[in-house]
Amino acid sequence: MTVHRGRGFAAINYPIGMNLGGDPSQALVHSGPDGKFAIALSSIDLGQGMKSVTRQIAAETLGVPVEDVYVDTADSDTGPHCMGSFASRGTHRVGNAVIVAAKEARAIMLEAAAEELEVNADDLETDGRGNIHVRGAPGRSITTGDACQAAQFRHGKTVAGRGIFLIPLSEVDPETGEMTPVSCYAHAALVADVTVDDETGEVTVEQVNSAYEVGRAINPRLVEQQLVGGAWMGLSHALFETTEPRYPDRSHGPVDFSQYTMPGPGDIARHDIAILERPAPDGPFGGKGPGEMCANPIMPAIANAVFNAVGVRVTALPITPEKVLRGLKANGGARPGPRR
Amino acid sequence: MARKPLQFRLNGAEKAVFVEDGANLLDVLRRGVGDLTAKRGCAQGGCGACTVLIDGVPGLSCLTLAETVEGRSVATAGGLPGDGSHPLQEAFMAHFAAQCGFCTPGMLMAATALLESTPHPDRNQVVHALSGNICRCTGYEPIIAAVLDVAGEGGGGRS
Repeated sequence: MTVHRGRGFAAINYPIGMNLGGDPSQALVHSGPDGKFAIALSSIDLGQGMKSVTRQIAAETLGVPVEDVYVDTADSDTGPHCMGSFASRGTHRVGNAVIVAAKEARAIMLEAAAEELEVNADDLETDGRGNIHVRGAPGRSITTGDACQAAQFRHGKTVAGRGIFLIPLSEVDPETGEMTPVSCYAHAALVADVTVDDETGEVTVEQVNSAYEVGRAINPRLVEQQLVGGAWMGLSHALFETTEPRYPDRSHGPVDFSQYTMPGPGDIARHDIAILERPAPDGPFGGKGPGEMCANPIMPAIANAVFNAVGVRVTALPITPEKVLRGLKANGGARPGPRR
Repeated sequence: MARKPLQFRLNGAEKAVFVEDGANLLDVLRRGVGDLTAKRGCAQGGCGACTVLIDGVPGLSCLTLAETVEGRSVATAGGLPGDGSHPLQEAFMAHFAAQCGFCTPGMLMAATALLESTPHPDRNQVVHALSGNICRCTGYEPIIAAVLDVAGEGGGGRS
């Protein structure tokens, strides 16, 4: 009995967001008297980093340090409306809404600073470290905190902004079925190297190499983290996870999500990633978002690698040892493909 | 149901509570003494999110009868510094070893136990020590890297 090596490849074009009757997100921004900004959103951060990314986007747009921004999410009763955290839309849709809201608040902050400094607001710029100064004359400056306080305590103005970003409904052409469901796509290509044991039917992923094009990587470490973790989730889906029993008798389980096999830290594969940045024209600072696509290409790549290794084409996930062994039996043994 | 007194040390502090017969340690920690750092993941010993140290040995609090910790020491992630200054906490942050964070307290306790017993573990020992803890987000690599980082830099066992 032999362990066969195989290599599989898959590529993906992944749509950012969706379009079921239009796809809007909203954001509300306001400053407290201390010049610290709160961003209210209704989409949630479920670990993918949306709070970090929208915080960065807000700070960059407002022209204040990232430490001066707090993002408050996940209260759909009191927050501004959002379609939600799904379809890889968070960075793109919510980020754009945050930019609109932050621009409005920034303009009010600069007007207050202009009144305090007795200059024209058009002549002011922010240094991103908490100061507003006259362009070309850094000495004539006011802190963002003092400007926000002046607005609220002397000028009687809120330093606030409302933002909405909408991808409008794309009607389906009744003649051709054509529509434009999304505004931009992210892309990836992935190579999986596996070994297949033709005695046990076990598939082991030895190495993953991938290239992801995600627009601007607004937070590169979060992008890398999500791509590595997402690929593991895809690997888990490809080889392990099912609520169908792995043996013919249903009583052998698993019968629910807490019982089925999930790979642990001993089952991971080395994953080397190249992150390519082609900023999207309509994305926040060019960002698209890695989103769900991080979990997708590894599944067909592993299926292709298994086919390359032993000639068994498994068409339903997960690729369990039983399916591999049945395929080997049907083929009369392993039929290794050409080494790639 | 009958309720019995239970005394144990939690992160060095004496605790005395009344517990119901058959109560598990996880419920006593979360509801009895208000330590919410141990997480209820699967509640059947499969995920490791509820991992705590009982007299220094990692155990699944969801499967531990509360009365068995009478007079013993229980350590949870709640006993780690609130400012995140423990070497493991710093390494977890530096390596982005948490996404949603639900598995993190269990991971920290499993890693703490490893570094106490084996200050300079190799990769296989780290993987083995964490193998009872499931993480849905990270793909494990950042967690393994964080523990190895502490193991390499003067080793663990400093807590």
